[in-house]
Amino acid sequence: MSLTHDARLAVRPAAVAQRPVRTWPEINNPAAWIVAAILVVMPLVANGFFLIEIFATTLILGIMALSLMFLAGYGGMVSLMQLTIAGFSAYMVAVFGVSGNANISLGWPWWLAVPMALALATAFGTLGGALAVRTEGIYTIMITLAIGAAFYYFTNQNWAIFNGHTGINTVATPHFWGVNWRADIPFYYVVLAVAALCYFAVEYLSRAPFGLALQGVRDNPRRMAALGFNVNAHRVAAYAFASFIAALAGVLQVWNYRQISPGSVSVGACIDVLIIAVVGGITRPIGPFIGALIFVLLRTFALDFLVRLGLDGNRFRLLIGLGFLAIVFWSSDGVIGLWQRWRQGQRSRDGRQGEGRGHG
Amino acid sequence: MDSVAQRLSAVGAGAALELRGVTRLFGALAALTDVTITVRPGERRAVLGSNGAGKTTLFNCITGDFAPSSGTIRFFGEDVTHFPPYERIRRGLRRTYQISALFPGLTVQDNVYLACRGVSRGRFSFLRPGQNDALMHAADNLVQAVHLSAVKDQRVAELAHGQQRQLEIALALAGAPRFVLFDEPAAGLSPTERAELIEILTSLPAHIGYIIIEHDMDVALRVVESVTMMHNGRVFKEGVPQEIQSDPEVQELYLGGGHE
Repeated sequence: MSLTHDARLAVRPAAVAQRPVRTWPEINNPAAWIVAAILVVMPLVANGFFLIEIFATTLILGIMALSLMFLAGYGGMVSLMQLTIAGFSAYMVAVFGVSGNANISLGWPWWLAVPMALALATAFGTLGGALAVRTEGIYTIMITLAIGAAFYYFTNQNWAIFNGHTGINTVATPHFWGVNWRADIPFYYVVLAVAALCYFAVEYLSRAPFGLALQGVRDNPRRMAALGFNVNAHRVAAYAFASFIAALAGVLQVWNYRQISPGSVSVGACIDVLIIAVVGGITRPIGPFIGALIFVLLRTFALDFLVRLGLDGNRFRLLIGLGFLAIVFWSSDGVIGLWQRWRQGQRSRDGRQGEGRGHG
Repeated sequence: MDSVAQRLSAVGAGAALELRGVTRLFGALAALTDVTITVRPGERRAVLGSNGAGKTTLFNCITGDFAPSSGTIRFFGEDVTHFPPYERIRRGLRRTYQISALFPGLTVQDNVYLACRGVSRGRFSFLRPGQNDALMHAADNLVQAVHLSAVKDQRVAELAHGQQRQLEIALALAGAPRFVLFDEPAAGLSPTERAELIEILTSLPAHIGYIIIEHDMDVALRVVESVTMMHNGRVFKEGVPQEIQSDPEVQELYLGGGHE
C-alpha cells in the first residue's frame, strides 16, 4: 500500500480538476500561428535564393542546434559533436547512396541509404554520448570536441570511404512521384516539415516523463539517483535522441549542398552550432532556430555590409563574435531570454497601469 | 553488542535494514568504523551524535551514494552492499537530504511527479501524462499531504525554505516506501513548521520504518521508539529514548555538552 492511500495523509483531491492541461503551449499563441503561416506561404513571395540559401539553410542549422539545445538545455550536457553526427549522417547518405564518386558510393536508393545513415549516425552519437556521460561540465565539452576533431582529421586522411579532403561530390537527391525533391520549392517544404517535426518532438518530449527526468538530471543528478532513476542510462538515451535529430539534419544538409567534404565537419563548424544555440537561447526549442536565422543572415549579408564600410568581407565572423559576446554578457539565455524579459516588462507595466498590481 | 539480536538477524529474521561491520574511509580518515545496526520493519529510530560523528556518511552508505570500504548492508534480507542507489530506491528505500536536494528549474508538481515516476515503470516514456494519469494523481495527493497545493505550479527555486523542506519530505514518500532515512528534516524550520513535520512523521503508516538524524531533541525523541548514539564514526550507545536521555555518558557527550 502506498503512503498516498493512507487516509490521514491523503487529503481529498480537490485541486486535481483545475490542473492546467498539459497541451501544446503554441496552440493558444497567435504569434506562433502567424510564424507558421508565413513559413508555409513563403514560396509564394520568396525567390529561390531566399528559400534555400536563407530559410532552408537556417532550418537545417536550426535542427542541428536544436539537438544541442535538447542536450544542453534539458540535460545540462554541452555536446560539441552534434555537427559531427550530422556530418557522419551526411557522409553515410553519400557512401550508401548514389554520388559522382562511383568507386565509393554503393548506389543504394535513397529510401535505403537514408534509414541506414540515420541508424549509423544515431549509433555513432550514442556511442560518443556513452563516453561523454562519464564526465561532467567542461570535460564533456572536451570529449565531444575531441570526437569532432578526430572525425574531421579522419575524413581528411581516409580515402577508402570518405575520399579524403575532396569529399564526395554530386550526391544524388530523391526523385519520385514525378517531383524533383531537391528543386527549390519542394526541398523547402521537405526541410520545413522535418524542422517542424523535430521542433514539436522536442517540445512534446520536454513535458513527457523522459524529458522531465532529463531536466531532473540536469538540476540534481544525485537526487535523481535517490529517486530511483538510472542517471547515466537517461543521459545516454538523451544522446541517442539528440543524435537522431542531428542525423536528420545531416541528411538534409547533404541533399542541400549535394556534396560533403571535411570542410563541412571542421572544428570551427562544430563550434558554430554551439554559438547558434547559445545566441538563440537554449532554454526553449525555438531558440536554436532564431540563433540559426541570425547566423545565416549575418553570414550572408555581413560581407556586403562590411565591404561597404571598407572592411574585409571575410570579417563577418567578427560580427558574429561580437554578437555572441553581447548575448553572453547581457542575456545568458540568448535572444529568447531578451524577448521574454521584454514581454514580462510589458506585462507588468500593463498590470500596474490597469489594476495597480505588479505580477501574479 | 547484543549477541541474541545478532544471531537472530543472522538467520534473516526479517530486519528492514541490517548493517554489519560497515566501515567507510576517506583517505586516512575513518568516517565510519565497524558500524553494526539492525532496524526492524516499521521501527522508528533516531541517530544522534555531534557534528562529524558519521551520521550523514552512514546515510550515504545505506543509500549507496558511497560504497562502504568494508562491511555489508542488507535491505529486507537482500544484500544491497554493491547496488547502485537507484536499485535500492526501487526496492523501497528512501532518503531526504540535510541540504535540500530538489530540482529548482521544475515546478513543485513536476518535482513530486518525478519522484513518483522514479519508483515506477515508464521512466523513459516519451508520452506525456494524460488527464487521468495515475502517477499525476499520486503526485497531487502527495503535494497536498505536505501542504504545498497552493504553490504546486511554482518553480522550486521560488519557494521559501520551509516549503522546500516539506517538498524534500514529499519526494521521499513517493510510491511505496518501506524504509526512509530523514537527514535533519527540521533544519531551519519555524516552530509551526516543526509541529507540522512531527504530524507528518507520526502519521506515516505503521509499516514504514525510518531513521531520523535530528539535532532538535524535541522533534527527535517524540517521533522515535529507539535511539542510536554515534560518536567519532562508531555506535556509542543504543536504547530507548528515556535511557539515552538519562544516560550520564550521553549527557556529558552531547546533551549537556553545549552543542551549537
